Amino acid sequence: MTTSAGPALEVRNVSLSFKGVKAISDLSFQVERREICALIGPNGAGKSSLLNILNGVYIPDSGEIVFEGEHFRRMQPLEAARRGIGRGFQNNALFSGMSVLDNVIAGLSRKSRVTLVEEAFRLPRALSQEKAFRARALDVLKLFDLEKHAETVVGTLPYGVQKKVEIARAIVAKPRLLLLDEPLAGMNAAEKQEIAAVIARLNRELDLTVVLIEHDIGIVLKLAHHVVVLDYGRKLADGPPETIRDNPDVIAAYLGAQHAEAAA
Amino acid sequence: MNMFLETLIGGLLAGTMYSLVAIGFVLIYKASGVFNYAQGSLLLFGALTFVTLTDQGVPALGAIAVTIALLIVTAIAIEKLLLRPLTNRSPMTLFMATLGLSYVVEGVAQGIMGSQVRALNLGIDDLPIFLGDIMISQFDLIAAGVALAIVVVLSLLFNRTRIGIQLRGVADDTRAALSLGIDINRIWQIVWAVAGLVGLVAGLLWGARQGVQFSLSLVVLKALPVLIIGGFTSIPGAIVGGLIVGAGESLAETYIGPYLGGGITPWFAYVLALVFLFIRPAGLFGERQIERV
Repeated sequence: MTTSAGPALEVRNVSLSFKGVKAISDLSFQVERREICALIGPNGAGKSSLLNILNGVYIPDSGEIVFEGEHFRRMQPLEAARRGIGRGFQNNALFSGMSVLDNVIAGLSRKSRVTLVEEAFRLPRALSQEKAFRARALDVLKLFDLEKHAETVVGTLPYGVQKKVEIARAIVAKPRLLLLDEPLAGMNAAEKQEIAAVIARLNRELDLTVVLIEHDIGIVLKLAHHVVVLDYGRKLADGPPETIRDNPDVIAAYLGAQHAEAAA
Repeated sequence: MNMFLETLIGGLLAGTMYSLVAIGFVLIYKASGVFNYAQGSLLLFGALTFVTLTDQGVPALGAIAVTIALLIVTAIAIEKLLLRPLTNRSPMTLFMATLGLSYVVEGVAQGIMGSQVRALNLGIDDLPIFLGDIMISQFDLIAAGVALAIVVVLSLLFNRTRIGIQLRGVADDTRAALSLGIDINRIWQIVWAVAGLVGLVAGLLWGARQGVQFSLSLVVLKALPVLIIGGFTSIPGAIVGGLIVGAGESLAETYIGPYLGGGITPWFAYVLALVFLFIRPAGLFGERQIERV
């Protein structure tokens, strides 16, 4: 919308350190529009730190982020949300005491166009917005086959269902870029397939650009259009899944020795 | 038996006044994890502003409107000048900041509006009414009604509006709330303003009881045992905690007091709170902290 050409996201020479320990060193890569980009790498490779930089939780020491053609030395979390960067967290970060529906309605916060006074006194514009939000949230629940859980307190649901709620909450406001941190972790094979299918469908049907962190290489190679491999905060490889699978550095560092032997 | 009932009911009604003070703490603690020591000063500030204005001949309704406006401005100023620069600091840092804030608010308020005791007349006659043989204070009854009304309004705010959803979201998981575009600073302003308004109501009721003066700010010390008993994160907890402290104090004064030479009200609530710390450290309704190991 803002700029039709160019990549959705560019990470340019980003470095981040915690008290002198380098978490990310001079990292650069691009994510094309409508692409699913997977970040893989061992624990501590800097994957989650990178997502935190992308939605403004961490401030990089140097480098910049280019989102839809606009340059940022640092993102502010609120700014990131308003520009359409949605986020799912590792181990879920749902509002566990609230209903599924309220969680998803909360996801629409950045879309609110009524003032506090209108809300407090429940003036007509606030009421009609509330109605519209509710309807939109219910639509999204349907998309995820969650409408039967709408009024359930989210903390009481199984982990796999909660993950779907979290993704629903992250996409209800129609983000342009969705960041997901290990969306398949802690799930059984059937649940993994289901969530992967949901992500693929969102990507296809909503033209959503996705950056996700995932350890299940089998699924990553099938789901992603583009894979970035990180190791000790540096980029080890960057390319389509086929080339990543056959890259000897990646096999050595990440896929493990057995794979190397099998490939030989 | 009647004496027992009368003591109990009187205590419970008085307890709702403690609850009102405690609710102000719970609101802020829930939304931001800050134990706001300055709640008592804000309560004094609200009541003092109202009394000063009415003493100047401002009609009660106008005085209330001006006081409310002033409390909202204060809440926004506190968020911008104190909380925002201290975001992500330790709870102890924030606690110390509110401790400092309490002295500033008290000092400025008394500097401008004077420190002598002011009488506050809310137009409620403190005549006893009789329920059968049991004597009940009319003032306490009305105060309890006001406390109840506030609880109903707050629960509607939290459960029925989108602001409430955002408030609960921030209380539940701050980083997730931020990632959804919930403006946390705005939420803090709202919460501090609402806590200020609840404090104003508590301040007016307490002020009508004991006069508006510095000691009004010390009701924080009454709220502390209430919070320990009810839990720091629960409004129902603040209510029940207040009732327990009120009833406990009143019964203890009547039945245990004579053996200890009387005057046990000032410290009895703390004995109750200590007992709760031993057997139920998170309070009756508080969230137990479960650490992942």
